[in-house]
Amino acid sequence: MIASTLLGLLFVTFVIGRVMPIDPVIAVVGERASAALVAATRLEMGLDEPLVVQFWFYLRDVLQGDFGQSRLTARPVIEDIARVFPATLELATLGTLVGVLVGVPLGVVAAVKRDTWIDQVARVVALVGYSMPIFWLGLVGLLVFYGMLGWVGGPGRVGIFYVDVVPSVTGMILVDAAIDGQWDVFRDAVSHIVLPATLLGYFSLAYISRMTRSFMLEQLSAEYVTTARVKGVPERSVIWKHAFGNIRVPLLTVIVLSYAGLLEGSVLTEIIFAWPGIGSYITTALLSADMNAVLGGTVVVGLVFVCLNVLADLLNAVMDPRAR
Amino acid sequence: MTTRLDWLTSDTPRSRSQARAVALYRGWRELRANRLALLGLAILFALGLVALLAPWIAPHDPFSQDLGNRLQPPGSPGHLLGTDSLGRDILSRLMHGARITFYIVSLVALIAPVAGLLVGTVAGYVGGWTDALLMRLTDIFLAFPRLVLALAFAAALGAGIENAVLAIALTAWPPYARIARAETLTIRRSDFISAVRLQGAGPVRIITRHVWPLCITSLIVRVTLDMAGIILAAAGLGFLGLGARPPSPEWGAMIADGRRFILDHWWVATMPGLAIFTVSLAFNLLGDGLRDVLDPKSGERS
Repeated sequence: MIASTLLGLLFVTFVIGRVMPIDPVIAVVGERASAALVAATRLEMGLDEPLVVQFWFYLRDVLQGDFGQSRLTARPVIEDIARVFPATLELATLGTLVGVLVGVPLGVVAAVKRDTWIDQVARVVALVGYSMPIFWLGLVGLLVFYGMLGWVGGPGRVGIFYVDVVPSVTGMILVDAAIDGQWDVFRDAVSHIVLPATLLGYFSLAYISRMTRSFMLEQLSAEYVTTARVKGVPERSVIWKHAFGNIRVPLLTVIVLSYAGLLEGSVLTEIIFAWPGIGSYITTALLSADMNAVLGGTVVVGLVFVCLNVLADLLNAVMDPRAR
Repeated sequence: MTTRLDWLTSDTPRSRSQARAVALYRGWRELRANRLALLGLAILFALGLVALLAPWIAPHDPFSQDLGNRLQPPGSPGHLLGTDSLGRDILSRLMHGARITFYIVSLVALIAPVAGLLVGTVAGYVGGWTDALLMRLTDIFLAFPRLVLALAFAAALGAGIENAVLAIALTAWPPYARIARAETLTIRRSDFISAVRLQGAGPVRIITRHVWPLCITSLIVRVTLDMAGIILAAAGLGFLGLGARPPSPEWGAMIADGRRFILDHWWVATMPGLAIFTVSLAFNLLGDGLRDVLDPKSGERS
């Protein structure tokens, strides 16, 4: 199952690479190379082989972690990705944290107080989240909180004085600064990440709160809830212990899926906030026709996405006694 | 005395067309009770009208530059929403941009569900190897992160509105295929299909005449709920420079244009964003209402 999905992923990226209006040979040797050099390089790159064989070469390389060299950075794509991926991970993790911490309680309250003003507010919050172009909200957020109010740091991960101050251990600036004990860098990094993370968190919140609400509504209308209430169990315990206890498993699946969504959704956010993550990497590569980098980045994001989906299924199977 | 209202609300329709009209009218009355859905419909209707009449009602030409009047704030004489960095009237550009947005959305909303319908019904009806193969393909596309895939497709195909449409449609069809297959599986076993088959109908006739009409409802709900996502994806591609090319007044591209001076001239990027938000919110409102009317069983979107 997962193997065939991965094979499909690689096949699709391979096809995209072949369809791209960029000659891979010219991309390597440059436009002024002699015809003989072009022909030799073409042979060397295996581009004279049948497509099936080329796909096989591609598979073999990718499975060894070889995505080729990036034309832009002149380094192996896999190294570039290892460098930028932690930044995306950091952002998406904080975003999911915000989404869970706000979204879950909001969904529970909306379900308990169904059809009251608080439910309506929760509905509007989610609807706006579904309808808002994320890159635009990011721009407006920068304009208001950075440009006008000055509450947060601007684009980038840290202010210009703190660039490359802490040694990179995990690649996540908050963690690195904490490890190194440089709390002024940490504070500066927090002021930079708070806006993009909140923004991503809002989109994850919209989804998580709606799902929580519908899960809770289903449980609250079940007969065991009525029984518990009749028995005199306090309402707080009915809601949080009985009903919420039963939605933990599907909720966890939702959270993992929304995490996967944020990893992807951070593409546009990263560009707005000049965040040096994988989204920025892919887009920059795209605009400068750096094919290896685009395909490598797409494969990695797809891979993480597939793995998180599998993880969600696994969690479901492990934690839900009925699915065993 | 039979009035038109009686004809529309009759419990015993006399013809097929009357039965359809009655069902439509009932749905309309339910939808009418949902104020938010009506609001969404009204917004879309108004914007559709604006898009249709843009060449006649736009106060200025969307492309004509006026460098003496660049970056005028909203409310300046003659420019209700101000002007952009080349002195073009933002309101006029938004009106013309509405045409592009509706063009992209309608094309994707036509291509993706039809492709999904085709794949899903064939897989569901034929079954066996075909089913396994087609669903495998669907799963692969479903497992992809959509925006990144659309980005890669758009990059491979080159910039341009039609290519953006194709890229979005390529990533949007799998959910429709899933829905259509699920519906087909339940329809396939019903008695009326056996009856049609006994009368000698072949698979093509059964699928096109008897399975498709029954799948349409759930697909329509899904399409309406997807519209906002399509608009946002198109705007995102435009923002990245992979959709419509400048000087086209595509809303996403307009935001990208205004991004450079957002801190000093906020309106250039803000106005098109508000337009995108309004349209996708309207589609979401309408979609929620339609879902309640057409498909009351399913609660939340998944």
